[in-house]
Amino acid sequence: MAAPGGPPAHEGEGERSAAPAVELRGITKRFPGVVANRDIELRVRRGEVHAIVGENGAGKSTLMKTLYGEHRPDEGQILVDGREVSFRSPSDAIAAGIGMVHQHFMLADYFTVLENVVLGSEPTRGGRLDRAAARRRITEISERYNLGLDPDALVEDLGVGDRQRVEIAKVLYRNARILILDEPTAVLVPQEVDELFGNLAELKREGLTVIFISHKLDEVRRVADSITVIRRGTTVGSADPRTTSTRQLAEMMVGSELPTPETRTSTVRETPVLTLSSVTVAGIGGRAPVEDVSLTVREGEVVGIAGVEGNGQAELVDAIMGLRPLSGGTVSFLGDDITTWSTRARREAGIGFIPEDRHRQGMLLEAPLWENRVLGHQTRPPAAKGWFIDRRSARADTERIMQQYDVRAPGPDTLAVALSGGNQQKLIVGREMSAGPRLLVAAHPTRGVDVGAQAVIWGLLKAARREGLGIVLISADLDELIGLSDSLHVMLRGRLVARLDPDGVTPEDLGGYMTGARTAEDAA
Amino acid sequence: MSGRVVATLRRVGLSLLGPAIAVAVAMAISAVVIALIGEDPLEALEVMVDLGETPRAEVQSIVVIFNRAIPLFLSGLAVSIAFRMGLFNIGVEGQYRLATLVAAAAGAAVVLPAPLHVLFVIVVAMAVGAGWAGIAAVLKVTRGVSEVISSIMLNAIALGLAAYLVVGPFRGSAETASIVSTTPLPESAHVPPLTGLLTGLGLAEPRSELFGFLVIALVVGVLVAVLLARTRFGFDLRATGLSPSAASASGVNARTMTVKAMLLSGAVAGLVGLPQLLGSTYVYSTEFTAGLGFTGIAVALLGRNNPLGIAVAALLFAFLDRAALPLQSIDIPSSVVTIIQGTIVLSVVIANEVARRLARRSAEREAAAVTGAPPDPGSGSAPGNGPDGTQRVGATLPETTEPRA
Repeated sequence: MAAPGGPPAHEGEGERSAAPAVELRGITKRFPGVVANRDIELRVRRGEVHAIVGENGAGKSTLMKTLYGEHRPDEGQILVDGREVSFRSPSDAIAAGIGMVHQHFMLADYFTVLENVVLGSEPTRGGRLDRAAARRRITEISERYNLGLDPDALVEDLGVGDRQRVEIAKVLYRNARILILDEPTAVLVPQEVDELFGNLAELKREGLTVIFISHKLDEVRRVADSITVIRRGTTVGSADPRTTSTRQLAEMMVGSELPTPETRTSTVRETPVLTLSSVTVAGIGGRAPVEDVSLTVREGEVVGIAGVEGNGQAELVDAIMGLRPLSGGTVSFLGDDITTWSTRARREAGIGFIPEDRHRQGMLLEAPLWENRVLGHQTRPPAAKGWFIDRRSARADTERIMQQYDVRAPGPDTLAVALSGGNQQKLIVGREMSAGPRLLVAAHPTRGVDVGAQAVIWGLLKAARREGLGIVLISADLDELIGLSDSLHVMLRGRLVARLDPDGVTPEDLGGYMTGARTAEDAA
Repeated sequence: MSGRVVATLRRVGLSLLGPAIAVAVAMAISAVVIALIGEDPLEALEVMVDLGETPRAEVQSIVVIFNRAIPLFLSGLAVSIAFRMGLFNIGVEGQYRLATLVAAAAGAAVVLPAPLHVLFVIVVAMAVGAGWAGIAAVLKVTRGVSEVISSIMLNAIALGLAAYLVVGPFRGSAETASIVSTTPLPESAHVPPLTGLLTGLGLAEPRSELFGFLVIALVVGVLVAVLLARTRFGFDLRATGLSPSAASASGVNARTMTVKAMLLSGAVAGLVGLPQLLGSTYVYSTEFTAGLGFTGIAVALLGRNNPLGIAVAALLFAFLDRAALPLQSIDIPSSVVTIIQGTIVLSVVIANEVARRLARRSAEREAAAVTGAPPDPGSGSAPGNGPDGTQRVGATLPETTEPRA
């Protein structure tokens, strides 16, 4: 490990073909009121997989956007193959041989693989798309890097792993020699991660350079040849994955001791809070997104639901919250059948809700914080007094939440949009806890928040669970699920396919159930 | 405390910035247009701000401006209620025309003591306006028909229906009369003018009367302002406008909210024709003032959906309307006024967006100064920024397409 704060140490031995593939010197990028990147130093050798690790919000994405020409740095130099470059737009970066595979795929569902790959740089003959030429190139790329793509498959029909390979093919088709992969494993289950790493090895063998952004340290250690750590917007050092432990890396990343999500002693009581029996949600044509789901959440129990995204978890949450009608089954809460209750009645009865997408369902971004405190609680004190909104106590209570839950903002009149993701999430958690719920539906409660906020939120959930709160936890973070849950269900194609004991399960096992590679019978 | 005052002042300043820039830009463009047709823009401006030569003429101009501003204010208010919720009620035009006609006919058909008679006319007008707007709302929540489309269609139907009713069942004028109208309202349904207030202030007596409906309009304005800003209902409505998905997750029923907001908007729209009906013409005729509903959309935009802003915008539009006649006297076509109004609307849409970004950036800077963490504004698409720059227009209901069983 190099000394924190200093530039990464030169790899003394075997400084191949002189110039590094990418070198960043003293990159600084400011946004109004905030420095997102400061004095970034980065050297990526040709033909290596170079990982950039850091917490959410540390400035990894800003840095990669700089390198990909999506914005220009305020200070510093970018060198590609030893020559200084200045990118005005991503097309300049592409011309220089840099390609980006985004975390969120940018594919047209109803186009074929071929059409998606050539989109934007179509080979033409006589003004028309030259499919034959395109097919030749794509097949050649697919074979060379072992991507296994069928040019005529509809993207709609592809799984997540295949879609990612289409994205990689897109970049290779544009002759990229340097690939940036932004959190490529975030959407993959462990088996798909292995396949991706296989592909990366192929790319490396062909002499391509891969910049791999992640905060999953085990994966980084498996795949990377060298690692650069970013903390609070600046590079704090580099590490050799062969000699650095995950823990050491994590401490470089966080700069302090690590939190864990684990809850050890069980606080499960007898009284059921939420009971779902044979809950089915009808889809718009095709198979039901949620089919015949039965589960019970007791006081003081965290029931985790694992699953690859899009297997009905979102619809199940909607069904519990009354946002989507059931086509069968019943939901009961504290002994009442609430199947036909409105969302408002459910919330008033004591169901708290941390939605999966806080921008879509959890906040009014263009409204001040105190109005966001009112949101979801607009019929109850302290937010309401009779038919009126009680502005004074809503403001006061917002200040209390800000203090108690460490929401960092100038005051209750600040617009929610101005807060960082972690602070927005802490406000939501604080708001939902403040109403004294009996059941909390928490969908991805720590998604997109930094490690500090994550620890705070885990702490809050654990404390509430001790007090007898029942929690439905849906998460893509398998460690979080295993660590927090008292019982764990796996959801696959709308059904609960396995019930596991979180004490004895590894993320790999869980991944197997999530993809359907393993079934409940295997477990028995 | 003082920090909050400063922050509030800054926010108010920023929200005034948009309309102010818009008006300035519109004036500049109009000056160019006037210069292009070979007239002197400065002279035109002089004529526009010149209210009259004698004190009496000046007061008369002010009365004309106010009498025009009152219905525009109500119309803008009606549009803004729907806007605040993310709905675009283009149907104010049809709602007020039909409401005024039915209220005029109903008012003439009953005998009631004075205050009750006025109240009766008002209630009928509001009910008809709400009912007509309710059709669009019901179509939206049950069949997913965009309220933009349905309210435009309902305008056409309302105008045709009103034309038929006034020559048919509601006809009160003689067969030979050149203007077809309803039966005049009796004295007890007249709203007394406020002209006495003006002369009481020591002003000269104008030729026309100042509509007494001004008082009712002000009360309605205050009620709507309080309803939207301070009540639970208003919170639900605004929350739905800012983010329909977040509002439903918070327990707002998007369907009932849509119906309620449209009914309220229509009820206020029903009032638009009443200042004139109860203050000067006392009949609904084929000559009744048209176009107030459409101008109301522009007024609501300029006033940023804020009742106070709408009042100012209504006065500005009324001021411009009054200037049409004097402009003609110096050979500048009165359509210059229409050009000014049109450019105001276009520039206000742009300026509001600019002001919104400035406000957002200043909030972000403030927050970043406290936390040092970059903001998380979502993936570039903050939910719901409509053409008015503050609310989204044409919001859709959550994905559920079928009504609940």
